[in-house]
Amino acid sequence: MTTATISGATISGHRGLQMDEPLIFELDSPGSSGVDLPAPPKTKAKTRLGAVPVRESVGLPGLSEPEVVRHYTRLSQKNYAIDAGFYPLGSCTMKHNPRLNEKMARLPGFADVHPLQPMTTIQGALELIDTLAGWLKALTGMKAVAMSPAAGAHGEMCGMMAIAAAHDHRGGPARKRVLVPESAHGTNPATAAALGMVVEAIPATADGRIDLAAFKAKLGFDVAAVMLTNPNTCGLFERDVRELADAVHQAGAFLYCDGANFNAIIGRVRVADLGVDAMHINLHKTFSTPHGGGGPGSGPVVFSQALAPFVPLPTIIHDDDGYRLVECQDEDEGTALAFGRMKAFHGQMGVFVRALAYTLSHGADGLHQASADAVLSANYVLAKLKGTLNAPFEGPCMHEALFDDKSLKDTGVTTLDIAKALIDEGFHPMTVYFPLVVHGAMLIEPTESESKRSIDQFIATMIGLAERAKEDAASFHAAPTLAPRRRLDETTAARKPILRWKTR
Amino acid sequence: MSEIRFTKDHEWIAVDGDTGVVGITDYAQHALGDIVFIELPEIGRQVSKGGEAAVVESVKAASEVYAPVDGDVIAVNNELAEEPARVNADAEGAGWFFKIKIVTPAQLAELMDKAAYQTYLEGLA
Repeated sequence: MTTATISGATISGHRGLQMDEPLIFELDSPGSSGVDLPAPPKTKAKTRLGAVPVRESVGLPGLSEPEVVRHYTRLSQKNYAIDAGFYPLGSCTMKHNPRLNEKMARLPGFADVHPLQPMTTIQGALELIDTLAGWLKALTGMKAVAMSPAAGAHGEMCGMMAIAAAHDHRGGPARKRVLVPESAHGTNPATAAALGMVVEAIPATADGRIDLAAFKAKLGFDVAAVMLTNPNTCGLFERDVRELADAVHQAGAFLYCDGANFNAIIGRVRVADLGVDAMHINLHKTFSTPHGGGGPGSGPVVFSQALAPFVPLPTIIHDDDGYRLVECQDEDEGTALAFGRMKAFHGQMGVFVRALAYTLSHGADGLHQASADAVLSANYVLAKLKGTLNAPFEGPCMHEALFDDKSLKDTGVTTLDIAKALIDEGFHPMTVYFPLVVHGAMLIEPTESESKRSIDQFIATMIGLAERAKEDAASFHAAPTLAPRRRLDETTAARKPILRWKTR
Repeated sequence: MSEIRFTKDHEWIAVDGDTGVVGITDYAQHALGDIVFIELPEIGRQVSKGGEAAVVESVKAASEVYAPVDGDVIAVNNELAEEPARVNADAEGAGWFFKIKIVTPAQLAELMDKAAYQTYLEGLA
């Protein structure tokens, strides 16, 4: 089999049953329509719009219904998803989304609920949010939770706004500095910067963790917070987190923890015991709801006692009269210091339903098992591949295995080439070139839901690619050859992006 | 005749009297890969040694460019906005980032000369 026959031209442009599908605008046949609407009545009325015509084409393409159905079906068939195959995108927790979650989320009482319904008619929905909030507090040992943030970075912003509110309330000199270790997620410094804080990056130690001494040296009474990710982006647990928390609190600052990697420690580590003041939880990742296509996510934030008074609205109160949403600061004595709100409404209901279905179907013992299996899967990948690829940090790892490109040195094959070759092999590539602390990073997160069979197939593929890299670098530079599109010109796409389709 | 000094963060500064032209080194452009976007400081801005002065974004990563010494920005290379590839093509020449009026000339002595920077790079490999 040669790639020439596969990538070579067919008469139709299709390859087997893989259709070459143009843009919908290129399929335009003017006048075609899926619906047969009566012609609009001719208007003779003079408008007050001057020369602006009353009716004008908005430039939508004309297609029949079967053409539209076929177009989107073909596009969907090009989609790679966790339902289609192994998706080891590091730091993204692409785990299986149980079908039970979907069934629950589609119950009409949940799916059709509207945020402006009278509270008496949505008692069940409020109970669900309150029950899930209770689980999140129990799993982290934290005192309060804000359920409304829309996803991880929004949760970070929520946590940092609560920290800013607490500093404001306390008074004293302005605290603008935020210390962030290099091993944290890239969104952490972005969040602090977006809030007008001054970010200082603290280099990691040689073993890929925070440099405690460097932090202590930088702490001072102008520091608002330290933001760290634990487990960090090297897939390692930050062992010194408690000592760091003590030093942070002594300086009058707060400790924000990025909980995006909570999947590695759920049911194992109570975040409150680490001295954390605020942490977001990516429900869409750790609690298995479909993500990766841009949403919807959900990023509730749990808070320590010190930050609990500042938790944003709305909150849910459960008393003898049932459940009610507190939407204004003066509605309840506990919300007088709430810093405001993060969203117009109450949070991502569909994700809440899936997350609670996941939690209740697993139970405490199941969640405890899931984190163990996630860590086991990653360590299996690390152990099997570290003879082939170079692991920059001593294992064991947590939920993801990190490799650098040292073993590819002098082959002429780069990390990017390996990622593209994986597409030809039918895998979604791992995260590449992140974290930045290692050269040519490859970050692999298999998650707990992947079978040993599929992980083994991936490992065998990686070993095979690494061997081929030594002999046949040229074949990598052409990859992918079997995908609907070949190697995309990412540089030109970034330098000269074309953001909308235009007629020629 | 200008003198070129280097930082450990892979910036260079070509000094001519009390002005200095700043850019990133060839090693830096190679490590970053194809550069797609550059954010330059505003003219008149005061930059301080080790402080963020510009941002460079490649297909692989976004990084800060730090000022090698204290100074006031007196000119920027606007051509980089249209053609960031200039940095890949000629990092230590046409791909310069900005020009400063040097405020603290004594800081130049803390930077590496060409030979010392070469030795430093060999240590990184």
